[in-house]
Amino acid sequence: MTIRSVHLTRREARARAGASTATNQRPARHGWKKTTWIWVFLLPTVVLYGIYTIYPIIASYWYSLVEWNGFDENQTFVGISNYREVFADPLFWNSFKVTLLFMVFVVPARVLLSLLMAMVLNSPKLPLIGVLRSAFFIPVVTTTAIIGVVMRFILDPASGPINSALLKLGNGGIDFLGDPQWALPTAAVLYVWKFFGVTMIYWLAALQTIPYELNEAARIDGAGTWQIFRHITVPMLKPFLIIITVLTIEETFHNFDLMYTLTGGGPYFHTEIIEIYIYRWAFAAAIPQLGHASAAAVVFGLLVAVVGALQLWAVYVTRRKGAPR
Amino acid sequence: MTAQLTAPARTATQRRLLRRLPWWLATVFLVGVAVIWIFPFLWMLSASLKDNMEMFSGGLRLWPKQFVWDNYARAWNDAHFGRYLINTIVVTVITVVIVTVRCATAGYVLARYRFRGSRIFLGVLIATLFVPTGYTIIPVVKISMQLHLIDSLAGLILALSGGAYVSAILIYYGYFRQIPRELEEAAVVDGAGFARTFFSVMLPLAMPVTATVAVLTFITTWNAFFLPLVFTFSRPNLRTVSVGMQAFVGETATDWAGMAAAGVISIVPVVVLFIFLQRYFVEGISGAVKS
Repeated sequence: MTIRSVHLTRREARARAGASTATNQRPARHGWKKTTWIWVFLLPTVVLYGIYTIYPIIASYWYSLVEWNGFDENQTFVGISNYREVFADPLFWNSFKVTLLFMVFVVPARVLLSLLMAMVLNSPKLPLIGVLRSAFFIPVVTTTAIIGVVMRFILDPASGPINSALLKLGNGGIDFLGDPQWALPTAAVLYVWKFFGVTMIYWLAALQTIPYELNEAARIDGAGTWQIFRHITVPMLKPFLIIITVLTIEETFHNFDLMYTLTGGGPYFHTEIIEIYIYRWAFAAAIPQLGHASAAAVVFGLLVAVVGALQLWAVYVTRRKGAPR
Repeated sequence: MTAQLTAPARTATQRRLLRRLPWWLATVFLVGVAVIWIFPFLWMLSASLKDNMEMFSGGLRLWPKQFVWDNYARAWNDAHFGRYLINTIVVTVITVVIVTVRCATAGYVLARYRFRGSRIFLGVLIATLFVPTGYTIIPVVKISMQLHLIDSLAGLILALSGGAYVSAILIYYGYFRQIPRELEEAAVVDGAGFARTFFSVMLPLAMPVTATVAVLTFITTWNAFFLPLVFTFSRPNLRTVSVGMQAFVGETATDWAGMAAAGVISIVPVVVLFIFLQRYFVEGISGAVKS
């Protein structure tokens, strides 16, 4: 306790020293000093976020360097051999490929289709607009893991409603989730369906930044729908395109729930994204290999970070370009 | 004479109708698409009221021949969805409270005060904006084991509340940033200390933000799957609905109607919440683009 308060008063002293630069550093009338309060206010975040987000990010690196089954305490330091194993594992590269392939399927579909839908649902003359927006948004709020399970029934090859309809139409049924060729595209379509609404809301927010008068003025000047789209909507939306793509790409990395409940990574690893690969090594194996899983997790984390950094850089560059205008 | 008068009037209404026609056609088309869009939910609802025989033979037909309410009883009792629902509610409500409070206080302090480390703090937050659960899961489980918090709802709640929630902090940050300083000064002049200024002046002002953060956190937590799955491996009675559904499939692969009923039980609360509070939800999501 004493150590902590000494620590804080030293902080306080430093804060006082820099008080001239900070604005309005009037000390509180009674009770604790301001700096104490600041850290008290930050404490819940520091503790929870520190333990459950920051510490794991750092600890993953340590775990990736040890051999450890998770049951007993002994962790033997093995250097980079986990990484060597991960990189030598064709299934890891398979999951890497599946993750990226999934992203390539899903991101353009989500970004472009939802833009179309948002433009339609942005027109003030459309009747029932509120109901329609809600309907297209509903899948987003429902529990992904449950959707995954329900979809397994709907797409069931033997007696699911889709396949019994296909059979009635005379075409053969399709084993959407069991056929290696169909599984990933099916999962991608379902994913787009599930999270379409999020991107649609992004676009609606972006479209609302275009003043209505602008469209109206163009129309009075004789511009057609296509011309308005080409010369007003597209240029106004360009800066948003990048940020929305960034957000969408990052969201596709969080796809464990749907994939795990839908296919569990199967058939024969055809839909095994990296998160399922990690899960399989860490929790689903008879003897968990947390070192191996952690090494894969670190590589995954780096992938997400690199993609994120590239995108933020792209945002930065476009903002700079946009600034002088 | 009358004919001459009504003829132009009729063409005027006709013309107006004709002008509105494309919009109505578009609406009809969109309603059709929307029905297909929500077909999985309609199917689940109808399946939850059919008996298993009809379900296998019924194909795409939605209206059940007779309503079988027993499916719900089976889901609630035999499949323990009553229990799972309570677990989910407990976990979600407590997590929402913790997350909202911690994000509000953190966002407030970061927005209103410059202190040593404030910029680093913000920088670290933004750097972890997109950290996926798959990356952090192993150390989270390990540390929960060390703290004897694994296999307990309390541990699950703490782990869920400790997720990044950076966007929630940033929403508060942005809001508190633009509140004029005079307001705070007035509170201080009136003799309010740091905590009072926050709790009786600033936090009430931020009510719309709080609603947004609470709704977003509610839905995220209710739908969480990875952490609840890992935290309840050896304690089936602590499962949340999302994990329960997955387990149900593994245990009784034949009771589709019961499973559909379980799905309805699990999904209805979030859907109802969304319908009533969708303004805040939409606000929270579009905030990501605007900032």
